[in-house]
Amino acid sequence: MKRVFPILAVLTGVLLSYALYEALVVAPTEQTMGDVQRIFYYHVPSAWTAFILFFINFFASISYLIWRTTKADIVALVTAEVGVVFCTVVLVTGPIWARPVWGIWWTWDLRLTLTLVLWLIYVSYLVLRRFSSSGQTPLLAAVLAVFGALDVPLVYFSIWFFRTQHPQPVIGGGGSIDPRMLHVLLINWLAFSCFAALVCWSRYRLEVLRRKVDETLALEALLEPRSSQTRTSRTGTAG
Amino acid sequence: MTYLYAAYVATWAIHITYLGTLLRRYARLRNEIAEFKGRIAEKN
Repeated sequence: MKRVFPILAVLTGVLLSYALYEALVVAPTEQTMGDVQRIFYYHVPSAWTAFILFFINFFASISYLIWRTTKADIVALVTAEVGVVFCTVVLVTGPIWARPVWGIWWTWDLRLTLTLVLWLIYVSYLVLRRFSSSGQTPLLAAVLAVFGALDVPLVYFSIWFFRTQHPQPVIGGGGSIDPRMLHVLLINWLAFSCFAALVCWSRYRLEVLRRKVDETLALEALLEPRSSQTRTSRTGTAG
Repeated sequence: MTYLYAAYVATWAIHITYLGTLLRRYARLRNEIAEFKGRIAEKN
């Protein structure tokens, strides 16, 4: 496994570089918006990746609620954390794209507001996991994640069922896309998905190690007073 | 073009910052492991 990781990291780096080249050079320039439309190749794949990570978090949380396995708990934590990073990218690149196109940075439109709510839900999930020291934290977090995941389809379908400022979906919805643009979009999505998988893998390994260290230190702390107590009682008996 | 570059730079700034926090957490963990090993070696 130690040898596979650097190879995959290099391949992902190459794929990300190629995807960047495709987005900036190969993709055709959109007629109305011009070059600024190329933000689309980072904004949309980041959103899709975040949605997938939140769905994995949902299934891992359900799995934890049923079977209470540590693995499911760690997968839920890792996917929520990396999902928040990708959702942050969506919330930052969206306004940077909106400013030159709509003339405003932000509007309280349904799609945008629901995305912000989604981000806030998962940030609160991470805050809960970080600062709660109760033994019930993974259980509470799993319940929060199950409810939080309900927002994902609402965000996705909000532009299908409601009239919003946000454009229609380019795939399967009312919008359409040039096949060359679709090709670049899918390459970028593949690149960001590989990147997300690698980051999740690293974060998973870090969390497993963190828990092992915590367990060992807790055991040491438990054994330490006993051993010193035993030493004291032995000294007492001898005296 | 400024907005385009701003969006791309912001994306990578966010990812690199997150990777930086992962590296920092990993370094802290390695320090804890080294300290623990030191304590064990002292006891033995």
